[in-house]
Amino acid sequence: MPDSLSAAAQLPSVAPVVEMNDISITFPGVKALDAVDFRMFPGEVHSLMGENGAGKSTLIKALTGVYSVDSGVIRLGGEQVTFAGPAQAQAAGISTVYQEVNLLGNLTVAENVMLGREPRRFGGIDWRAMRRRAAEILEGLSLDVDPNSLLNSHSLAVQQLVAIARAIDIKAKVLILDEPTSSLDLEEVAELFRVIRSLKESGVAILFVSHFLDQVYEISDRLTVLRNGQLVGEYLTPELLRIDLVQAMIGKELATLDDLENRVHSGDREVAPTEGAKPYLVASGIARKGAIAPVDLVIGAGEVVGLAGLLGSGRTEVARLIGGVDRTDAGQLEVSGHPIKLRTPRQAIKHHIAYSSENRRAEGIVDELSVRDNVILALQADRGWFRPIPRKRQDELAASYIEALNIKTPDADTPVRNLSGGNQQKVLLARWLAIAPRLLILDEPTRGIDVGAKAEIQKLVYSLAENGMSVLFISAELEEVLRLSNRIVVLRDRQKVADLLNDGLGVDDLLALIAEGATEPEPVTGAAS
Amino acid sequence: MSVALAPATGLTRAGRRIVDVFTSPKSGPVLVTAVLFVLIFVAGGLRYRGFLSGQVFLNLLIDNSYLIVLAIGMSFVIITGGIDLSVGAVVALSTIIAARLLQAGWDPTAVIAIILLVTSTLGLLVGLMIHIFKVQPFIATLAAMFLARGLCYIIAKESISIEHPFFVAMANLRIPLGGQMSVSPSVLIALVVLAIGVWVLQYTRFGRTAYAIGGGEQSGMLMGLPTSRTKVLVYVISGFCSGLAGVLYAFYTLSGYALTAVGTELDAIAAVVIGGTLLTGGYGFVLGSALGVLVLGLIQTIITFEGTLSSWWTKIFIGALLLVFIILQKVLTSRRT
Repeated sequence: MPDSLSAAAQLPSVAPVVEMNDISITFPGVKALDAVDFRMFPGEVHSLMGENGAGKSTLIKALTGVYSVDSGVIRLGGEQVTFAGPAQAQAAGISTVYQEVNLLGNLTVAENVMLGREPRRFGGIDWRAMRRRAAEILEGLSLDVDPNSLLNSHSLAVQQLVAIARAIDIKAKVLILDEPTSSLDLEEVAELFRVIRSLKESGVAILFVSHFLDQVYEISDRLTVLRNGQLVGEYLTPELLRIDLVQAMIGKELATLDDLENRVHSGDREVAPTEGAKPYLVASGIARKGAIAPVDLVIGAGEVVGLAGLLGSGRTEVARLIGGVDRTDAGQLEVSGHPIKLRTPRQAIKHHIAYSSENRRAEGIVDELSVRDNVILALQADRGWFRPIPRKRQDELAASYIEALNIKTPDADTPVRNLSGGNQQKVLLARWLAIAPRLLILDEPTRGIDVGAKAEIQKLVYSLAENGMSVLFISAELEEVLRLSNRIVVLRDRQKVADLLNDGLGVDDLLALIAEGATEPEPVTGAAS
Repeated sequence: MSVALAPATGLTRAGRRIVDVFTSPKSGPVLVTAVLFVLIFVAGGLRYRGFLSGQVFLNLLIDNSYLIVLAIGMSFVIITGGIDLSVGAVVALSTIIAARLLQAGWDPTAVIAIILLVTSTLGLLVGLMIHIFKVQPFIATLAAMFLARGLCYIIAKESISIEHPFFVAMANLRIPLGGQMSVSPSVLIALVVLAIGVWVLQYTRFGRTAYAIGGGEQSGMLMGLPTSRTKVLVYVISGFCSGLAGVLYAFYTLSGYALTAVGTELDAIAAVVIGGTLLTGGYGFVLGSALGVLVLGLIQTIITFEGTLSSWWTKIFIGALLLVFIILQKVLTSRRT
């Protein structure tokens, strides 16, 4: 991209709009940022890269006034600033769109765009002017929504764009986009990039944080890499090879990832289950009104079945039916040949089925509890509350999982909230592994976590299956589904459209199915890529 | 064909709009309450002679003006996702302060000013306790409730009657509205408070921030809204409204008594919920709360007209109604998520 190269090369001639020098922030037990320098120039897209726990979020929150820094200096447009809260940072021209859309679903779209800056008339809010202004901004983003509708009546993608509309209207000098694309489809991403580019033209400095390397390379001019709370370096994007970037981020050889790739694909294991293998779980025609049309699903012992499909295609819905979270309206479930009825996750656990939710924060970890308490939670529940697990056993369990899953935590007593996303996910996995399930349902276990932790979790899934555990694996990343699964079930519009052996399948094949659906009812096996 | 289709789709669009408005967690419950109010009023009119008159409606306002003011303050608190259990006790405290100070020969304006100051301060303390020490609103206002009720007994154990001419005048004065209809000054005060409440919630940043806190305090904070200040202020407002309601109650009963208005906080909460405000916060209208008070009052009136029923039937109907509304809210909000 010669354009971005020249743009980036010109940048040092102007003064940086943001300068952060020697920033340190310490949380209980964790040094989140350790003497980090960071700068941004007007009219550039700057990517902040790093694994989970590298300190990206902390750096952003230091810049936006959510956290106060322990030491170091923040300069905005050359002047030293200290923000007592997000309101002050916003007033100074720093505007942020957070990863979890932090808007108010109970208010209208117009209010979410304008809240805090409402036009006023006669001392009160001028609703009509507010709606008009919001409509203009939304139109500028080619977003066709009624400004007067409630925000929570819209999809997550629309909400994300509304958040950006809000940020644009602040007339920010600095716009921070924290994982803005994680819930957007390709077209929406293109739309977002169009907006980013036009903002960049107008001289806004944009901080773009994403786990998608493709997107980072497509949009950003400059990169800053953090690792373990420390600065690794600042680079011009076109001058840094991807492989070098990843290495800078994880700080170790990529052997883990490559090795895994090789093990799955080198044929040291049969990708397809043997025909005679006894199915562990057989679902025939399970359905739930408004959630998923009747689906047949067979999961063999020691088999990894991947569920592929877009967000809202019904993949989570299927997982929730099998995990006993939602009840089925129709169809039948059999475990090891015996018909079962699941009404609660508790009953599923009795049948050795564990469901790990995609919603890690709300339905997974318990923030306030320690790593140990989180790990033993399901096991203790399974035993019943009148048979407490002895403290010694708890410590052993926690210690063994911290070691086995390489959970990065100061000790087992640390509240899980202080861990990074990837490590929280591992704690969640440890919880389910502790009850020794026969079927583990993993709904987006690698979403929003870094390359290193992702590789570790993938490796774990692989070795669990090798040891005979069945896994139902859901991920938005098709590469990942392809890498791990023996068989892949494709869902589209809440219907099963294909059930394929993972034999020479490629991402393109899956994409085609997800986009079009199967033209024939028979499984399309071995479609060469 | 397109010509034939056009009106049909227009109709269904209008129809869909009506369905949308009624099933929205924002406006649905309050509309249901409005429909319910009209239905009960008409049903009462069909059953009892003289029920369907303007004065019956105005008497609703006269008898419940203090409760309307209480419910307005409570709406602010509940919209932020909080609760205020102290309002009943604060009403009692206000009546007893009024009675005692008037007995001691104070000027009524000074008395009212002191009452409003004391109750607002109490609200401020509660708000600060909730904000600074992160005490749950339930507990903080429970403490304030016991405190206020205890203070009543320190001031006076017995009921004190109020004989000051200004209070007596406020109790007996009727402002004619023509056609032999009239209202008390308290009704006008309540309506003014209602108008201010509507305006503040709908047209000020403070009001919108209150909704924002109910919808997601963290999000509101990250959006740069003054959430902490607002959170404290809603309890000041509730305290102020309780004080004012206490004054209106003193006008109405012409006495101050420590044991008065026991359980009134629950009436206020019931009115707010029936008026369509979500107990978890984020949705609701002050106007709805006033409507909720009128529905409660209407049920009471019907029981009175019936004559043979014990007044406890009011409570049973209110209980049933509350149950229906809470289930309705649950259905409306869960449908959206």
